[in-house]
Amino acid sequence: MADKQIKKEKFINKTEWIIILSAIVLPFLFSFSPYVQGLLIFVMIWVVLGSSWNLLAGFTGLVSFGHAAYFGIGAYAAGLLFLHFKISPWWGLLLGGPVAVIVGYLLGIMVFRLRGPYFALGTLASAEILRIIFGEEEWLTNGHNGILYITTWVTKYPYYFIALALALGAVFSVKAVMRAKAGFYFLSIREDEDAAQALGIDTQRYKNIATVISTFWAGTAGAFYMIYMGFIDPEVVFSLHNISIITILVGIIGGVGTIWGPAVGAVIMVLVQEIFRSALFGLAPAWVSRLHALAFGLLVIFVILYLAGGVVGDWDLIRKKFGLTKKAETAE
Amino acid sequence: MDMFLQTLVSGLLIGGLYAIIGIGMTLIMGVLGIINLAHGQILMVAMYITWILWQSFGIDPYLGMFITVPIVFYFGQFLAKYLLHPLIEKDSILPENQVLMTVGIGMVLVELARSIFSSDYRSVQTGYTDVVWHLGKISLSMPIVIDFFLAMLLTLGLFWLLMRTDLGRAIRATAQDKEAATLMGISAKKITILTFGLGSALTAAAGSLFLPIYYLYPDVGPLFTLKAFVITILGGLGSTVGAIAGGLVLGIAETFGATYFSMGYRDAVGLVIFLVVLIFFPGGLKRFTKV
Amino acid sequence: MSILTIDKLVKTFGGLMAVDHVSFEVQEGEIFGLIGPNGSGKTTTFNLINHYYPATSGRIIFKGQDITDKKTFEIARLGVGRTFQVVKPLKRLTVEDNVMAAAFARESSFAGARKVAQEMIEFCRLDDWAQFKAGGLPIAGRKRLEIARALATRPSLLLLDETAAGLNPSELDEAIEIIQGIRSKLGITIVIVEHIMKVIMGISDRIHAIAHGATIAEGKPAEVAADPTVIEAYLGSDYNVEKFLNA
Repeated sequence: MADKQIKKEKFINKTEWIIILSAIVLPFLFSFSPYVQGLLIFVMIWVVLGSSWNLLAGFTGLVSFGHAAYFGIGAYAAGLLFLHFKISPWWGLLLGGPVAVIVGYLLGIMVFRLRGPYFALGTLASAEILRIIFGEEEWLTNGHNGILYITTWVTKYPYYFIALALALGAVFSVKAVMRAKAGFYFLSIREDEDAAQALGIDTQRYKNIATVISTFWAGTAGAFYMIYMGFIDPEVVFSLHNISIITILVGIIGGVGTIWGPAVGAVIMVLVQEIFRSALFGLAPAWVSRLHALAFGLLVIFVILYLAGGVVGDWDLIRKKFGLTKKAETAE
Repeated sequence: MDMFLQTLVSGLLIGGLYAIIGIGMTLIMGVLGIINLAHGQILMVAMYITWILWQSFGIDPYLGMFITVPIVFYFGQFLAKYLLHPLIEKDSILPENQVLMTVGIGMVLVELARSIFSSDYRSVQTGYTDVVWHLGKISLSMPIVIDFFLAMLLTLGLFWLLMRTDLGRAIRATAQDKEAATLMGISAKKITILTFGLGSALTAAAGSLFLPIYYLYPDVGPLFTLKAFVITILGGLGSTVGAIAGGLVLGIAETFGATYFSMGYRDAVGLVIFLVVLIFFPGGLKRFTKV
Repeated sequence: MSILTIDKLVKTFGGLMAVDHVSFEVQEGEIFGLIGPNGSGKTTTFNLINHYYPATSGRIIFKGQDITDKKTFEIARLGVGRTFQVVKPLKRLTVEDNVMAAAFARESSFAGARKVAQEMIEFCRLDDWAQFKAGGLPIAGRKRLEIARALATRPSLLLLDETAAGLNPSELDEAIEIIQGIRSKLGITIVIVEHIMKVIMGISDRIHAIAHGATIAEGKPAEVAADPTVIEAYLGSDYNVEKFLNA
């Protein structure tokens, strides 16, 4: 699989340089359309979240159904700082990750007892509880009224490049970890936790390491979301369906347990959503726009049934189906 | 004291309905070994079917149930046969592939409902919707009482099915040991599909029963999915009797939470109990943490 | 010198005594056989030694250090390797990556781990399969992968749990050679649980027999095989020893 290549190749290979350079050029190509630039920023946020989830689920086997917990905590770390102390949420961008790590660690004490589907349920429940608490405790969070912040810039460029930096940071930190000893340990834990222990792997410790990295990026993504959107409320940032589940779907569609899978998944997810939301860019009747979530759900069912490895994981399969010369948006 | 009793009774009655949702979930969990995250969405589908029957044909929800439940029974089997069962032979990195499939199914069902019926709240108005019985100082809403007794009847019927019929024995055998059951000549595939249908039918019955006492909108699905898994975990952790207990506990806990704490926390109560069980009674969960 | 001392080890599951005051000592450089009928508590004893379950009472001393309450991974790090009766390959990783994951227990560098892994793969004659996914190996390969992986953690004591079960005669001979090589070439002490009498009687220096969780005999293979309690435990009374040995 990917493992073989990871070992031999340079840390950043040719294809990856191309991806990075295109990502830098991309917003200028769409300089006429802040709308498209906004979409690109969302792609980046999903890349960060997807990679964060993928490290935990795809590489370590801890399938989190509650990634919104860390995303939301990161967003509120930035938001609360502003709400109570009038400190710029930009500081929160630094703080969001560490705070999410701490909360993630505390939640981990509870949910790491659980395995398999029960771990999934434990994470799901933690995120839901946070959503309800943050909605109810108005003295602390301003409840459902949310937190409003007048964004710093009107232009999208600075946001885009910060988001791009975060996305690359997330992807390459995962890549770096997976090339090291820790990567082998994560994979061992995913494949068989008992065997891993018998091989001398402190599974608890390495699960924690995976969680720290994962929650850091999820929290940072949340903080960035707060800064960029200028508004958060618990129903949005702790959302089971709009954050936790979509994060998983980004991972599955792109390819669970592959370095670039979440990035590809993020592109596809935003693309599919926008194509429908804009009713095929205005070409189709307006009611099509209501179908965006439906289309995405069908896509998920399709991918699970026919592309278990996701677009990146089953790339060879896809290439075979469509002939070899299909141009790659990303190759692994 | 009256308020206490009132709360207890209301909770108990709702708990009876939760119980059949929980049993449906438990059956699926036992035989398929997965959490069905589309469980509430199937309940929502049943509610819409019953609602259409009432709205377009004037069929009372309690009668409509007898049409809805068979439909959903076959619908559940269809889902299991074409979407869930094929995944068993697929090798994928995530063992939770089937669970994720139920997430996809759930999403599609909610969004289908939204595009057909919009997000509007709907409910049925019948002659008995607002009838209240008084028992001493406790007031009982008539449809809730009827619901409770119908739910109990269904539960008894299910027990009869599981304990006294060959199908029931086959289901229990498969739940205990799939491989051994297969060796005994039971078709695991057939039982898997049937069980998913049966679990769906149970939650469909709960949906029809909920209709006279609840609002209906697409997002009712995810809400009930959440309740369903809390019930299942709280209860006997996979046992049918436990699911009944879990349903009753959740019903009572929710009404107490809403009465004495805050209405907003109503839906959090179950989740909190769930996490408390995880933290303080890990021994009780151990059996399932090593599955 | 004794490398492993088991002292009045007890494990109960509910009311069932799975291991009932078992005591034995394994000498350094020895191949020590553990035998007993199905369900007699052999695998449970292994699971207690590497703390897959906690012991109910009793002590386990490894190289003079009490390891009874140590965690599984710590015990592995101290130098107790084990294989599983029900093999546990890391299925989606290649054979080489499986062994490398184990080698990182002692090697922190990538190249170092790889070198150890390649040595152990060669030692266990898995070369042809090195780049295969572990999940796709035939049973003989999986059994040897278990051994290679345990060896890659550089143990001084190796617990082998039915590594010969399910093998055909030629694979069996190869397995015996590998096991004997572990002691003679790598100098590792071995405790072996095995059902196939030909294997265990042939390679063990001493044998400890248990039934229903309790010790029934200990001594040289021939002595134990001739012991009437052992024969009775396996086959009921009045059974021909020769037949038993060839079973």
